[in-house]
Amino acid sequence: MAKYKMHMLVCGGTGCHASEGQMLFENLKKEVQDNNLENDVQVIATGCFGFCEKGPIVKVIPDNTFYVSVEPKDAKEIVAEHALKGRAVKRLLYFDPVRKEQIPDSKHMGFYKKQLRIALRNCGMIDPENINEYLAADGYEAMGKVLLEMTPEEAIKEVMDSGLRGRGGGGFPTGLKWQIASKNHADQKYVVCNADEGDPGAFMDRSILEGDPHTVLEAMVINGYAIGATKGLIYIRAEYPLAIHRLKIAIDQAREYGLLGTDILGSGFDFDVEIRYGAGAFVCGEETALIHSMEGERGEPTFKPPFPAQSGYLGKPTNVNNVETYANIPVIITKGAKWFSSIGTEKSKGTKVFALAGKINNVGLIEVPMGITLREVIFEIGGGIQGGKKFKAVQTGGPSGGCLTEKHLDTPIDFDNLLSVGSMMGSGGMIVMDEDDCMVAVAKFYLEFTVEESCGKCSPCRIGNKRLHEQLDIISKGNATEKDLDNLRNLSNVIKDTSLCGLGQTSPNPVLSTMDNFWDEYLAHVNEKRCPSGVCKDLIRYEVIAENCVGCTACARNCPVNCISGERKQLHVIDQALCIKCNACLEKCKFNAIAVI
Amino acid sequence: MTSVKLKLKDSDVQKLKEIALSFNNEAGELINVLHKAQEHFGYLPAEIQEVVAEELNIPVAKVYGVVTFYSFFTMLPRGRYPISICTGTACYVRGAEKVLDEFKRILKVPVGETTADGKFSITCLRCVGACGLAPVVMVGDKTYGRVTTDGVKEILKEYENEE
Ligand SMILES: Cc1cc2nc3c(=O)[nH]c(=O)nc-3n(C[C@H](O)[C@H](O)[C@H](O)COP(=O)(O)O)c2cc1C
Ligand code: SF4
Ligand code: SF4
Ligand code: SF4
Ligand code: FES
Repeated sequence: MAKYKMHMLVCGGTGCHASEGQMLFENLKKEVQDNNLENDVQVIATGCFGFCEKGPIVKVIPDNTFYVSVEPKDAKEIVAEHALKGRAVKRLLYFDPVRKEQIPDSKHMGFYKKQLRIALRNCGMIDPENINEYLAADGYEAMGKVLLEMTPEEAIKEVMDSGLRGRGGGGFPTGLKWQIASKNHADQKYVVCNADEGDPGAFMDRSILEGDPHTVLEAMVINGYAIGATKGLIYIRAEYPLAIHRLKIAIDQAREYGLLGTDILGSGFDFDVEIRYGAGAFVCGEETALIHSMEGERGEPTFKPPFPAQSGYLGKPTNVNNVETYANIPVIITKGAKWFSSIGTEKSKGTKVFALAGKINNVGLIEVPMGITLREVIFEIGGGIQGGKKFKAVQTGGPSGGCLTEKHLDTPIDFDNLLSVGSMMGSGGMIVMDEDDCMVAVAKFYLEFTVEESCGKCSPCRIGNKRLHEQLDIISKGNATEKDLDNLRNLSNVIKDTSLCGLGQTSPNPVLSTMDNFWDEYLAHVNEKRCPSGVCKDLIRYEVIAENCVGCTACARNCPVNCISGERKQLHVIDQALCIKCNACLEKCKFNAIAVI
Repeated sequence: MTSVKLKLKDSDVQKLKEIALSFNNEAGELINVLHKAQEHFGYLPAEIQEVVAEELNIPVAKVYGVVTFYSFFTMLPRGRYPISICTGTACYVRGAEKVLDEFKRILKVPVGETTADGKFSITCLRCVGACGLAPVVMVGDKTYGRVTTDGVKEILKEYENEE
């Protein structure tokens, strides 16, 4: 990279791709060419910078200038001003809403200040489609060290001493998992990377694969060497075309460089990787279901034991790890277990990547040291709640997790703390909700997901969750009694205790945690037939507030079912019998004259 | 799950045979074969499943079991402009449900089905990974972000003059 004077890094992740990032990249390249700057300025499409809220993003190195919400047409100005004249394009700089000033470089943005990037170290820094950039960032150094200087036992010990725990949700100690797999002898063993990422609203693993695919390959080779496996499989969702595309390129390049294949780096160790595709089933993220899916079967979980480490893919010992778990491995090897274990809390070492989303100002991908509080994540990194609304809850752990509230904001985030307050770390989805979100509706939303995704193999989950969903539906319609709430809790506990796999064992968590933390809201639905947040359609109605209405007709013109009547400059009236409660009128009224009651 | 009757042409059967052969007709490759078949034909009606079963030497029931298990596979043809509404959690809290309702209302078809003229179909998917743009709607490969109920009409308008 040395010969260029300037690098322009353009986000090439799915989020920014969706907002014309690709065209921006091409325009920048063209502008650089048109100005004969090819030898001075390099334009690179990288993985996700994390700051998705304000994408597409362009970062200019060496000065770290950080441009946000860049449009393809801005390319001309960026090249003309910044590359040619050395002046930043002020209007594209990030405006910090808290400090009320423009922040020219990324180092000083609240969003990045408290982050520590280990798993995401290369995301947004290198061109993921060029192995040379990964090599220049010390890529494959850890693999070389392990294959040439360490025994498998030493490699396992290093991972064990680091205290790394699985990032896929369970938090099982990775070193221990490797050790168990290494002790089971067989003619063939397998290493599997779990890239199914089924948690809706989470995109950590996808961003790693899109931004830094080689790190996963490198770690898989290390894993293979440590447990004595020569074959690696990556199980990835078919819905991630860009990640698949970049993985394929990475695998080809690694093979070409002799970093995958036979006798890697002259060590005598053989290892190769294949890709397997998921087909849209959340339960296939569960490791036994994943293995069956890779065998061409329906992805139904099976009882453990036997664990995959004993009998996994095709009946052979198999080690399954998550993408983010793998992304930590090369750094642990190069920097050492001691360094890694100095970060984090007593029982959760290192960092965690979260996909921060929902009603928050800075939606994006973040990596923070374990032990940071929810408050720091939501209000400092996340920049607080959108539109100045009030924070209500944060959901962690996806469909298996729970909703935490105000009172948990100062809890240090780690595996055990989140469990003890009724949620879980999960894979890293973190959805922030504000005062407009109804917790009964949120619980119902998750249950709808679980009912759809239950594989149907065992009855507590197949039938029980369906019943839970029905009950929640009745509550949201205002037809339930307090007795039903008792039933809801009892049924939840039965499902947790008797389901076969992790899906059913955790599916009632969204219900239980919302009942624990928002009991009043449940009571309001049941006793007063009222939805305090104004979400549950059967319990609300839209009304025109007479004193505010100026008769501008905006609501009537936008009502999709034409149920608002009124002359210009006259009071408007909603016909309740026809209203479908779509919210369009409320969004359109500039005079605060429509209310949800 | 309903299905559509389809008479496969000889060349279609030939294509399916080629796909199966490219995976050595191995039963364990069923999901990969189905991915390729759907990529080519757009959907997987019973007639296609029968040929796949024959080629991989497994019962049709097994193929059907797999096709219906995975939501990525569909037995119904999608519209020429397939509309997918993200109903992942991030999109849900930013109003995806209202957007979905509006599509259903205007196109008058439920989720999973196609308009009578075969132009649009509606499906839901869970997180396309553009949560920063929530709520997100995709029409074919094109992504629309921060979609409002109003925006729905505008999106559909873009396809008004298309066939
Ligand atoms: C219903 C269910 C869904 C899961 N989904 C995922 C997933 O999408 N990605 C993942 O890495 N692990 C998922 N897991 C956890 C895996 O079963 C397994 O524990 C993990 O891949 C092990 O890797 P780790 O130790 O590196 O975390 C899921 C578990 C359950 C019960
Ligand atoms: S708990 Fe649910 S997903 Fe798991 S095996 Fe039982 S039915 Fe299937
Ligand atoms: S909520 Fe929707 S349907 Fe009801 S009055 Fe307002 S715009 Fe019309
Ligand atoms: S948009 Fe508001 S102010 Fe205008 S007519 Fe409707 S209710 Fe009255
Ligand atoms: S939840 Fe819709 S894009 Fe992530």
